[in-house]
Amino acid sequence: MSSVHDSALEARIAADPRYVALVRDRQRFSWILTAITVITYSSFISLIAFDKPFMARPIGGGTISMAVVLGVAMLIGTVAISAVYVWRANGEYDARLAALLSELAA
Amino acid sequence: MRPLVWAAGLLAFVGWSSGALGADLAVTGAIARQPTNWTAIAMFAGFVAITLWITGAAARQTRTVSDFYTGGGISGFQNGLAMAGDYCSAASFLGITSQIFNDGYDGLIYAIGFLVGWPIVLFLVAEKLRNLGRYTFADVASYRFLQGPVRSFSAGSTLLVVSFYLIAQMVGAGQLIQLLFGLPYLYAIVVVGGLMMVYVLFGGMRATSWVQIIKAVMLLCGATFLVLGVMAHVGFSFEALFARAVEVKTRVALESGLTPAEAAAKGRAIMGPGGFIKDPISALSFGFALMLGTAGLPHILMRFFTVPDAREARKSILWATVWIGYFYALTFILGFGAIVMISFNPDYVDAGGLLRGGNNMAVMHLAHAVGGNLFLGFISAVAFATILAVVAGLTLSAASAISHDIYASVIHKGVADPKKELRVSRITTVLLGIASIVLGVVFEKQNVAFMVSLAFALAASGNFPVLVMSLLWKGCTTKGAAWGGSIGLLSAFGLTVVSPVIWVAVFHFDRAIFPYSSPALFSVPIAFLAIWAISLLDRSPRAAIDREGYPAQRLRSETGIDVHGASLH
Repeated sequence: MSSVHDSALEARIAADPRYVALVRDRQRFSWILTAITVITYSSFISLIAFDKPFMARPIGGGTISMAVVLGVAMLIGTVAISAVYVWRANGEYDARLAALLSELAA
Repeated sequence: MRPLVWAAGLLAFVGWSSGALGADLAVTGAIARQPTNWTAIAMFAGFVAITLWITGAAARQTRTVSDFYTGGGISGFQNGLAMAGDYCSAASFLGITSQIFNDGYDGLIYAIGFLVGWPIVLFLVAEKLRNLGRYTFADVASYRFLQGPVRSFSAGSTLLVVSFYLIAQMVGAGQLIQLLFGLPYLYAIVVVGGLMMVYVLFGGMRATSWVQIIKAVMLLCGATFLVLGVMAHVGFSFEALFARAVEVKTRVALESGLTPAEAAAKGRAIMGPGGFIKDPISALSFGFALMLGTAGLPHILMRFFTVPDAREARKSILWATVWIGYFYALTFILGFGAIVMISFNPDYVDAGGLLRGGNNMAVMHLAHAVGGNLFLGFISAVAFATILAVVAGLTLSAASAISHDIYASVIHKGVADPKKELRVSRITTVLLGIASIVLGVVFEKQNVAFMVSLAFALAASGNFPVLVMSLLWKGCTTKGAAWGGSIGLLSAFGLTVVSPVIWVAVFHFDRAIFPYSSPALFSVPIAFLAIWAISLLDRSPRAAIDREGYPAQRLRSETGIDVHGASLH
């Protein structure tokens, strides 16, 4: 981890097209996932608020209802979408950043 | 330092044991209080002994301000567990299971709201926060701004959020301990306040992290064992669990004098959403308060600085999300398990169908039904440990706001003597411990149900917009952040006061001026709008400096270059 303040290096990084692309990609990816999370959650709450009979409907003739299935899916989906981001950010994005930094710092 | 820790530990222990004796003598007159539960007390004493031992060890390694605020560094996995320990409160463990026991499905809606904030934290703030900050989230919020106004706002907001959260926890602790341990309210408050003070004072973040990790493991193991007990009872079939629960609820309804058709409908009703969500606006507003508030809770944000870099910070959140999600899935099963296993047992439920010992006791009775007295004792100890872990995290973040943000950064312009800064944080911790005991006593008979959701709404309307705008919008200025954030806080607070939860429930007016139960859907946009408008109109010389500082901040927040290494030495 570099702790030397080097404004020339900073300027080189900021001007590098690969850095610009990396920031743009990562930012876009995080906004898309944020939008998915907010929209899914809002839809879930709206469904509960506006269509209770649909949510209370049992599935496949058993007791388990739509509401239970969707609720559990919300729990699992929340963990899954976090895993997707961490997988890509700690993998692809960090690798791109590391490659860029080691080349520019050399 | 070391003898001091042991002396404090001894003091806490003496306070605790004399409390236990006092309760034994006074227990005959009390009705609401349960008989003194020695198993639970012994198990809790074991937890306290282990955590004090850890605090003693941590105290030897807590010498610098950095040690105090960050604990010298832990891994992403450990931090994820600690975050889960910080976040899963006793209120959600007891409250959600009891809500499901009473009304069925609705408890899950609540649980989901508490979980969905975590990916938002991860996507929008986690890595930038870690790359820019050292000890508190205000380091990040004020990075390129004039320190005085933005730090003062952040510290004020932290104290406000922490106070409401803390009062709810302290009052909850007192009531819970009355129920579970059979100890008087005051003893419980003093034990919680005193222990939390010892952990933070001597062990700083290192002790706090480990208290939270141990508590998280105890809570998850205890709840998992309980779920296994429930599932064994229904032959490891979810369909059987839900079918039996519907049967039981139908029988309860029949016995209360309903016709068979009405009773069947009432039994089925537990499988779908009920009265928890009355109007869609309140529901969405409450949901947004939980979701965005999580990304603004100072004691959660502070945990990011305990890991070495952005990579571990992301892992922390993923693990926190895994454990919190798992925990809420367990509470859902436990609620239905309680319906099946305790509804017709007169030891747990009185003739009127109400839970013995109070409205929140479902999971406690279930623990007794599954594992007998010993296991009930264990779960009671876990519930108490849970409160301790949460209040320790809250206290640490409030103490840091005063010592790091106000004392070192505002008063001494960032050049305070580190030894003095450490002393200020410790003095603050003692004062906070005393204040929390006093507040716990003052609010004993008050309605504190709204306070946790108020804390979330305040965090969502103050800290969250300021963080997002300072991190992502070049045009944000000192004035915009400090004033806009304050406007967000004030509108969240004001709207809550005139909403049904305070205006009607506390002040007893007939009708609320603001009809929705949570302000977030309105106060969060107000905050963003205020920050945007004030920054846009800001033509001061400082505003130019603020805007010029953005590219450097951005680079650092994206790459982590020149990170000060909060957890490195």
